[in-house]
This record gives sequence, structure tokens and C-alpha cells, in this order.
Amino acid sequence: MKPIESFELPSPSKVNYLNAVYGLKSWLLTKDHKRIALLYLGSITFFFFIGGIYALMIRLELLTPSGDFLESTTYNKVFTQHGIIMIFFFLIPSIPATLGNFLIPMMIGAKDLAFPRINLLSWYVYLAGGIITIYALLAGGVDTGWTFYTPFSTTFSNSYVVATGLGIFINGFSSILTGLNFIVTIHTMRAPGMTWFRMPLFCWSHYATSLIMILGTPVIAITVLLLAFERVSGVGIFNPKLGGDPVLFQHMFWFYSHPAVYIMVLPGMGVISELIANFSRKNIFGYSFVAFSSIAIAVFGFLVWGHHMFVTPQSVYAGMIFSFLSFAVAIPSAIKVFNWTATLYKSSISYDTPMLYALGFIGLFTIGGMTGLFLASLATDVHLSDTYFVVAHFHYIMVGGALMAYLGGLHYWWPKMTGRMYPEGWGRFGALVVFVGFNLTFLPQFIAGYIGMPRRYHAYPPEFQVYNVLSTAGASILGFGMLIPAVYFVWSMRYGKHAEANPWHLPGLEWRTQSPPPTENFEQTPIVTWDAYEFAPPEETEVVGKFHGEVERAS
Amino acid sequence: MIESHAATPEIHGHPALQHHFENMEQQREAGTLGMWIFLVTEIMFFGGMFLAYTLYRNLFPAGFVLASNHLDITLGAVNTGVLILSSFTMAMAVYFTQTGKLRPQVWCLVLTLILGLTFLGIKAVEYHEKYTDRLIPGRIIPGAHFGPDPHAFHLQAGAPELAQIEMFYWIYFAMTGMHALHMVIGAGLLTYLIIFSLKRRFDPEYHSPVEVIGLYWHFVDIVWIFLFPLLYLLGRHLGGH
Ligand code: HEM
Ligand SMILES: [Cu+2]
Repeated sequence: MKPIESFELPSPSKVNYLNAVYGLKSWLLTKDHKRIALLYLGSITFFFFIGGIYALMIRLELLTPSGDFLESTTYNKVFTQHGIIMIFFFLIPSIPATLGNFLIPMMIGAKDLAFPRINLLSWYVYLAGGIITIYALLAGGVDTGWTFYTPFSTTFSNSYVVATGLGIFINGFSSILTGLNFIVTIHTMRAPGMTWFRMPLFCWSHYATSLIMILGTPVIAITVLLLAFERVSGVGIFNPKLGGDPVLFQHMFWFYSHPAVYIMVLPGMGVISELIANFSRKNIFGYSFVAFSSIAIAVFGFLVWGHHMFVTPQSVYAGMIFSFLSFAVAIPSAIKVFNWTATLYKSSISYDTPMLYALGFIGLFTIGGMTGLFLASLATDVHLSDTYFVVAHFHYIMVGGALMAYLGGLHYWWPKMTGRMYPEGWGRFGALVVFVGFNLTFLPQFIAGYIGMPRRYHAYPPEFQVYNVLSTAGASILGFGMLIPAVYFVWSMRYGKHAEANPWHLPGLEWRTQSPPPTENFEQTPIVTWDAYEFAPPEETEVVGKFHGEVERAS
Repeated sequence: MIESHAATPEIHGHPALQHHFENMEQQREAGTLGMWIFLVTEIMFFGGMFLAYTLYRNLFPAGFVLASNHLDITLGAVNTGVLILSSFTMAMAVYFTQTGKLRPQVWCLVLTLILGLTFLGIKAVEYHEKYTDRLIPGRIIPGAHFGPDPHAFHLQAGAPELAQIEMFYWIYFAMTGMHALHMVIGAGLLTYLIIFSLKRRFDPEYHSPVEVIGLYWHFVDIVWIFLFPLLYLLGRHLGGH
């Protein structure tokens, strides 16, 4: 094995993937996974911005108890479109399509993903879905909630359900293609010596995410398609006129959409594993447990969808089983949290910006997960379902968890992706503002929901106002906090300090090539002889790294 | 475009080897695995419809039998035979590619394509029959709303089974329509294979496109093997017509 110090960094070269070729066409027709990652980065940022505007409108409306800023029908559209944009067009592609796309080939020592053309296709498919959805929003919007429950969506809603559904249907294929590409890449493209158990945990969590993408996304695709046809034809499998069951839609929807929440958080967990191990300069505690817990989440995540349907006519016995399984699926998530914490123990932590986001993630994700257990308990859920408690629960996981991980990862790999450093002081400041703003926004929503404030109404009884004022104030801080990185990231692309190949002094493969990397990632295909996170002196690692010396497919 | 400055000269230069793979073996492995995974997504996709079928068949056994017996079992059976035969010719095409026999390979591909188009033709005849019997559910086709003659099903006007029959036909058209769409895509892929075979792109060292599209073709056939009994053969043993 090679200690990091003696590993020779490539001589800095002027040619890299960003300047190897020029011109708009070289970007729009690129097959380089790193460039495609940047294309995705740009487009999801755009959608995040649109989703953010809707969030702002929601918080403004809820500042006062009366529905004075938006009419009820407009408000319905606003929260629906907020959800659709944020979930399908921002959060689901966020980490996989940008960081995953950029890093998975680099982390396993490959020149590219297995199917570069399909990778580019996935971006165009994503764009096509996005454009259709934006058309639907401009034409008049959609007001069904991101959940599209029947029979409202099939029969009663007077909004652009079919167009939006088509956008989501098409967008689903970009997710499927990305997942397919990742799985094949991880199976077939690892460099000599890069065994499964030497892969960074980021790759494991993306592997698990990809499993969900390929198994779950087709189901939402057919569900939305059947829904659209039903709306057009006037009858269908969800339609009581033919003896159909509207609740069947909820089953099919949540069969995808619960696993989809793990599509949103698993990649984040992968980022956090990287950050925690690398910024505490210690091998992760219980590598294989963290790795397999991702797979366990992917598998068991498919068995709990019924916890979204406790207040439907679902059989009580099914409810009990779904409740039990929901508790069970929390275990692998908890394993991760414990292992991250144990990694921190007696390590040398450096509090750089990415690590601040990572520490924030651990706390906020834990709160989000624990409140999930409140909702997974049959009796409490009857009280909490459809209240702001649910809203707070999933925002703690999706914003406090997934989004924090995304921001942390973006800071961490920014030097590699752009060749520039972001300003560290501003970075830490931004992370703190985001953390404070986030908690001020969503903590009061737990209380408001617990004492009975329902979700999805534009007006509410005055006794809930104090929580909503706090929440709107927090949202302003959060929005401001997000602008800070937005500004300095753009700034740093031009004026930031040039990044070295390995600015954090880490062992991972992606740090053993220049920043930004050359088009083919490495000058030569690397031969891997070390474990991920191998910080310890060699003698100790011999004992810890039980997969040492195992060399696979050194073809 | 970007590959331009790959520094290392190609040592093992099969013209079909893409720059990011080490060798043909790795490239073939990736392609095959990719297709298998794609087929898994297809199973999940059709799975949603099989779920609906299972649910409503159990809820409405009588209506489903009536509706099923109205399908043309002869045409369905012929089509099943056509597809099984096409799977055979496809398998032979793969075999001839691997062994480098260009002529029979192209012939097998052409035969497969013809059989696939035959299937689609027969399917169109069936669809048209359903159209004239006003069995297209809902108001998908303007001016031809669902409204079969109840006596054709031995029912009185307004019998509750009519709604169940409409449900059956909704599922029938969803499943067979989606299947037919896959056949159309398959026919496109076969055309591509035929053109590139004539251009002599494939050889025993590089045959994965033929193999991978073959996998797809077999999958689409297998879906039909499930659809045929599930849709056409309901309650036939009870002596339907
Ligand atoms: C790990 C990431 C998680 C995410 C991203 C997430 C996300 C969500 C979302 C979006 C909803 C709202 C659905 C809606 O009604 O519109 C929700 C509700 C729910 N979540 Fe989570 N969740 C996560 C973890 C958990 C966990 C670990 C559990 C329990 C073990 C859980 C249990 C629930 C339950 C029971 C509901 C339904 C509440 C209701 O409407 O009655 N969640 N979650
Ligand atoms: Cu769930």
C-alpha cells in the first residue's frame, strides 16, 4: 500500500475537461460525464430557483391567518407546483445527476460512465420533461397536490393535470437511465484493485439509490400514464363508475413515492459518509455496516408504502404490518447515524464548510427520522396526518438532510469540479445562516401541526399565527442563506484561488488527479492498493482493512 | 469531439471499441448487463398493469369471463405462434452473428421483422373488430363511445356486468397497446440491425447489439405469452364460445 504522502500527484497541466474543447456545441453534444454533470447542475439550479419562488409565495400567504395574498385556488396551485418542481426536478436528480455523475467514474478509476451517450440522453429527457412541466405551469398550472390523488385529479380538477403528468412521466426516464448507467458502471468499470469493499461509501449509496430508481420509477411512470389516459377517456381503473378503486392509485403512487424519499436521501447519506470520514481523518466506523445499510434501505423501503395510507380504508391488519415495517426500516438509517457519530469519536475534526453541513445533516436528519416514527405509529398518525407536522417531518429530511448534504458535497468537490476554491469564511457563515434559518422555518411547524394546523389551506385560525410568523421569518433567513453560496460560487469560478489537485489532503482516487481533471480523468488507469479512507499508519490498517490484498478483475 | 486528445494509442483496436472501455469483453459485458437492467424496469412497468388486472379479475370474475370470451381466440392463438416463431428466428440471428455467417444472419433478422409486422397486422385487425363492436372504453375515440350491444354478451341492457366488461377492455387495451408499442420499437431496432448487418458492422468479436436487441425481443414475446392466456382464455374450460 502507498501512504498518501508518497503518492505522486500528476504534474499540473493546462488542459482539462473544461478547456479541452470550446463552444456551445462541445457542451450540448458532450459525452463527458463531468460536463454532463455541470449541465445538470445548471438546470437543477434553475428549477430550484423556480421552486424557491413558489415557497416564498406560500410563506407570504401564511404570514397572516386570512387568505389575503392568494386565492384558495391559486394557493392550491402554488403548493402543488412547489412540490412537483422541488421533488421531481430538483431533489431527485440533485446529488445523483451532478455529484454522482461527476464522481462515480472518478472514484472507481474509470474514464467515464458505461454509457456516455445514454448519460447525455438522460439530460435531454430531463429537459424535455422540465419544459413540458413549465409549459403546464405557464398555461394555467396544476392544483392536485404533488400526490395527484384520484378521483380529484382524474375527474374534478380543472387544471393541467395531463400536461404535468406527461412532464413527470418523461422526466422519470432520465432517472431510470441514470440509475441504469450507475449500476452498470459500478459493476463493470472499476479499475484494477478497486474491489467492492474498497469503494468509497458514496458509490455504495448511489448503487442503492440506482436500485430504487430502476425498480420504482417505472411504476410511477405507468401510474401517471394510466391516470392521464383515464382523465382523457373519462373511465379507467381508478374510476368508481366501472367499479374501479381510487385508493388503488394511492397504493401505486406510494409504492414509488415512499422509495423515492430514499432516492432523495440516500445519495445525501453517501455524501455525509465521505465528509465525516474525510474531515475527521479517520476510517469510517463499521464500513461494511454503512455500506449494507444503504442496500437494506433500498430493499425495505419498498415494503412500507402503506404508512401514507393509514387514514384510508386500508385494512387495519395491513396498517399494523406497514407500521411495524416502517419502524424496521428506520434501523438501517439509525445504523448510519450511529456509525457517523462513532467515527467522530476521538478523531481530529476540521470544521471546514462541508463538515459544518455534514454535522448539520446528522442532527436534522435524526429529527426528521424520529418524527417519521411518530407518523409511523398508527394511533398518533390519525392525529398528525395531513397536518403541518407531516410538512415539518419531510422538510427536516429533504431540506435539513438531503439539501444540506448536497450543499456540503458541492463545497467539498467544488475545487475538483471547477479548479477554484470558494471563500472559506463566507462558506462557514453561509452554512450557519442556512442552519439557523432552516430550524426557525420548520421547528415551529412541528408545534403548529401537533396542535392541529392542517396542511394545504391558505387560511387558518388566528391562534396558529405566531408559529407561521416565526416560520416565515425563518424562511427569509433561509432564503438569504442560500443566496450566499449562490453568489460566491459564481464569483469563485472567475476570481477564486486556484485549487491544487488535492486541497484537502485526502486519499480518495478523485483527489489523485489534477483539478479540474483531464477529459479521461486519469493519465493512466490507476491500480488501487488501498482502502477508502485509509488514513491510519500502514501497520494498523493491516488489521483493520480485512479486504486488503484482494484484487479483483485486474484485466 | 472530446475524445480527441486521448493520449494513449489504441493497442487492441477493434473499430467498435469505445474509448472508455479497456477491451471488447468489458464493453460487451456492460451492454448485456445494461439491457438486463432495462428489462427489469420493463417488468416493473408492465407490473403496474398486471396488478390492476389481478385486482379487477378477482373482483369481477363474471364480467371478465364474458368480456374475454368475446375476444377472437383464433387470431390471438395465431399471433402467439407468430411471436414464438419470431423468437426462434431472432435466436438464430444471434447464433449466426456469433459464428460469423452473414447471409443467414441477415435472413433471420428479416424473417423476425416480417413476423413482428405480421403480429402487428393481426393485432390491427382485432382492434378494428373491437372498434366496430363499440368496445373501445370511455370516450377515447370521439364519436365512438363505449356501447356494445348487450345481447352480444347475453346480457340485458343496463346489466351491471357491462361496467365490468368496460373495465376489462380498458385493461385489455392498456396492456396490449403497450405491448404493441414495444413491438413497434422492436421493429425499428430490427431495421437498424438489418442495415448495419448489411454494412458488415458485426462480426464474431463484436455482436453485442444483435445479442442485446435479441434480449429485448424475447422479453416482448414473453410479455405476450403472459397476456394471451390472461386475456383470451378466461373461463374457456367452462364452455364459452
Ligand atoms: C428518510 C427520508 C424520508 C423522507 C424523505 C420522508 C419524506 C416524507 C414525505 C414527503 C411525506 C409526506 C407525504 C405526503 O403526505 O404528502 C412523509 C410522510 C410520512 N413519513 Fe416520511 N420520510 C422519510 C423518512 C421517514 C421515516 C424513516 C419514516 C418512518 C419510519 C417516515 C414515515 C412517514 C410517514 C408515516 C408519513 C405519513 C404521514 C401522513 O401523511 O400521515 N418517513 N415522509
Ligand atoms: Cu413514506
